Amino acid sequence: MEIEDMEQYLEEQYDMMDVCLLAGKIMLESGAETYRVEDTMMRIAKNYGIKESHSYVTPTGIMFSIETEEPTKTKLIRISDRTTDLKKVMLVNSTSRRIANGELDVAQAYRILKRIYKDDETYSHKTRVAAAAVSSGCFLMMFQGSWADFIPAVIIGGLGFASVVYVHELVLIKFFSEFMAALVIGLLAAGAVAVGFGQELDKIIIGSVMPLVPGLLITNAVRDLIAGHFISGLSKGAEAFLTAFAIGSGIAVVVTLL
Amino acid sequence: MDILIQVVTSFIAAAGFGIIFNAPKEALWKCGLVGMLGWMAFFILTLQGIGEVPSTVAAAFMIAVISQVFSRVYKAPVIIYIVSGIIPLVPGGTAYNAMRSFVTNDYNMALSYAAKAFMVSGSIAMGIVLSEVISQIMKQSRLKRIG
Repeated sequence: MEIEDMEQYLEEQYDMMDVCLLAGKIMLESGAETYRVEDTMMRIAKNYGIKESHSYVTPTGIMFSIETEEPTKTKLIRISDRTTDLKKVMLVNSTSRRIANGELDVAQAYRILKRIYKDDETYSHKTRVAAAAVSSGCFLMMFQGSWADFIPAVIIGGLGFASVVYVHELVLIKFFSEFMAALVIGLLAAGAVAVGFGQELDKIIIGSVMPLVPGLLITNAVRDLIAGHFISGLSKGAEAFLTAFAIGSGIAVVVTLL
Repeated sequence: MDILIQVVTSFIAAAGFGIIFNAPKEALWKCGLVGMLGWMAFFILTLQGIGEVPSTVAAAFMIAVISQVFSRVYKAPVIIYIVSGIIPLVPGGTAYNAMRSFVTNDYNMALSYAAKAFMVSGSIAMGIVLSEVISQIMKQSRLKRIG
């Protein structure tokens, strides 16, 4: 009897760890800040009665260990694919809140997180491309462009974002797809100006490139550095820099050709 | 009229970024609002002849503060609101000019544009840091009142 109890206890420990790790994995893959991932995991563990837990999160992996009467248990998971899905960050956050309120037991929480994990992205590729297109046009106006260039910026910005989305599905190298998108934007903008469809080449390019700007990475890098997560902060900063460099070189190729 | 165009376009652009980053549907108008207020702060300050760097610090600070208020009120991670607001402040135009000058071998102009882009990026970070400091002070004073 005692042994059975013991086994069930052990199993629960592992389930609880899986809940923490799954929550952390979803958050990290969806673009949450590092400190939020660590904080959420440790909170969940605490709410399930673990007095001491340690988590170490970098953009490419999570290490998590809990201390109980048993020997310390540690698990490591590798994060290879990162996207931006702020809705998932919010859903996991509210699940963690519900756990804190004692509304969910381990099994329920695991099921909910699993559902969040398997969920599709909130918006289809088409919707996101359309949003990027409209944003490009708006950015052109914000940067003092003329209405004559609005339509070209909408079309070119949309096509540029579409190429980053679809090239990334073909080639899993982020910097290549960003480079290609910038190249597409530059060529189309130069073409549009050459045939008289657009007027100011600079403004059209700047407006259309804006949807590719690594805004989330920049913000997260700063927030991670403030929170003392230097490895995450620096690596996110490096990723943002590389993205900016890829975009810059794509445009530079076109400018050189002109 | 010019201001009205800025208000409308910055709202739409920031909300559009909400969609690009897969923000929840009910948060989109808040993303737009944060982006609009931040951009208007930047736009009006630069219109008054204040330099780009202090204007960016002020705008980024404002964006971060509003985002933190939203995150408290709606119980959602602050990152959802902050990101869409920050994007318009990113010095895309200056970086473009820097890159363009580099390519055309005009290194003097290129370096001064690059330095400016670097300063503006730094001021975005500065604005976020300042708001974080204020939020932590607020949190601590509330803890003291309770405890």
